[in-house]
Amino acid sequence: MNLLTPDIGLVFWMLLCFVIVFTILAKFGLPVILSSISKRKQFIEQSLVAAEQANEKLAGIEEEGKRILADAHSQQQDIIAGAMAERQQIVNTAEAQAAESAHRIAEESARNIQVAKENALREVKNEVASLALDIAEKVLREKMTDDKAQQEAIAKMLDNI
Amino acid sequence: MKRYLYIIVALLTLSVPACAKVDVKEIIFDHLQDSYEWHIAGDVALPLPCIVYDGEKGLDVFLSDKLEGGEVYNGYHIDEESGKIVNEAGVRPVDLSITKNVMEIFIVCFIVCFVILYVANWYKKNGYKKAPGGFVAMMEVLINFLDKDVVEASVGHEYKRFSPYLITVFLFILTCNLVGLVPIFPGGANLTGNIAVALTLAVTAWVATNFFAPRSYFKEIFWPEVPMFLKAPVPLMPTIEFIGVFTKPFSLTVRLFANIMAGHIIILSLTSIIFITWEVGPAIGAPMTLVSVAFCIFMNCLELLVAFLQAYVFTILTANYIGLAHAH
Repeated sequence: MNLLTPDIGLVFWMLLCFVIVFTILAKFGLPVILSSISKRKQFIEQSLVAAEQANEKLAGIEEEGKRILADAHSQQQDIIAGAMAERQQIVNTAEAQAAESAHRIAEESARNIQVAKENALREVKNEVASLALDIAEKVLREKMTDDKAQQEAIAKMLDNI
Repeated sequence: MKRYLYIIVALLTLSVPACAKVDVKEIIFDHLQDSYEWHIAGDVALPLPCIVYDGEKGLDVFLSDKLEGGEVYNGYHIDEESGKIVNEAGVRPVDLSITKNVMEIFIVCFIVCFVILYVANWYKKNGYKKAPGGFVAMMEVLINFLDKDVVEASVGHEYKRFSPYLITVFLFILTCNLVGLVPIFPGGANLTGNIAVALTLAVTAWVATNFFAPRSYFKEIFWPEVPMFLKAPVPLMPTIEFIGVFTKPFSLTVRLFANIMAGHIIILSLTSIIFITWEVGPAIGAPMTLVSVAFCIFMNCLELLVAFLQAYVFTILTANYIGLAHAH
């Protein structure tokens, strides 16, 4: 049977072609492809590990951020509370000072009033005394004519003053 | 309904012009065998160079159309029975003609080299960090599958030495099988269904298995670890093992060659149904044409599967033989 007897010419060409193709592929084709595939595989694996680490780091950073935020919040609270207290204190002091000053002013004015009153009283007294003297002079001039009576009158007056 | 009846009656009255009886056997065997010219369609055929060497006449190179129709050129003619070039005395010279199959092998070589170099070039250009798309991605998946799931899984830790060879074998057989399924001109040659091609591939597999095997492999053949009476004084086991060394490539050859040839025979037979039934008459020819086309479509799909399967089986068996040789 012709189908079952290999033809030498065909075997020769087949072998030659196959060896050439094999040489070309093994030298220029397949190593490039296979090494690229394995390199990429490694690259992907490394990238995955790196991504995992980055994720972990990111989670850490997030927590850190949260902690810092909480710190800042509590500090803010402290500051606000401090400021409130200070404000209260300032207000208190101011109030006290104002009260004191008002008290002092009131006292001073009371004293001034007292002084003025005394001065006025003194003036009134002097006025009254001079008026009385005037009156007495006039009375005396009129009644000096009666010596005795005059003497009595003077004595009376003197007593009364 | 009436119209269809008219058509059928009209067809029945038609007479097929008297032409030569269709010889299915000849058609099929013509296709399965190699030929010195590449038949394209009808009377058109591409003449191919014949290269013959005879001890007395020396080297002769001429185109195959010089021998067309039983003509004689420089004493050479094509033998009716074998379809090969013989000299005056009917003896075969050394025949290295670029036959149809050789031409097809060249085309397959070109396709395989072009595809792989194209893919390799993509990686050279784009580096390994970028993922390919389209055709390159498909080839990457295929090559990675062969490298990891076929070669590494079968050969073991030394697989890197053998993976270029095994991947080349796979791609070569696959391309041969697929090209053989193309029914029009630059395809259609029955390559892997030719015993010479299958045998050569098996020989390379044999070389890859035996020439790179460690010493333990040969010890296992000639002095296996079996009870003494099985290897001396009558070397029963060594004989069996030694025969096994050669039956492996033989089984590879026959499996590949028979499978692909059978596929070609079935498809050609199904196509021949059309011509045989039209010879009988149009009434049976027309419906049987539809049947034949339907079966041909089915068989071609099946042959696509077989094309992959046989390439895969050849590769994985070779990988296993290599793996067994390195197992100890």
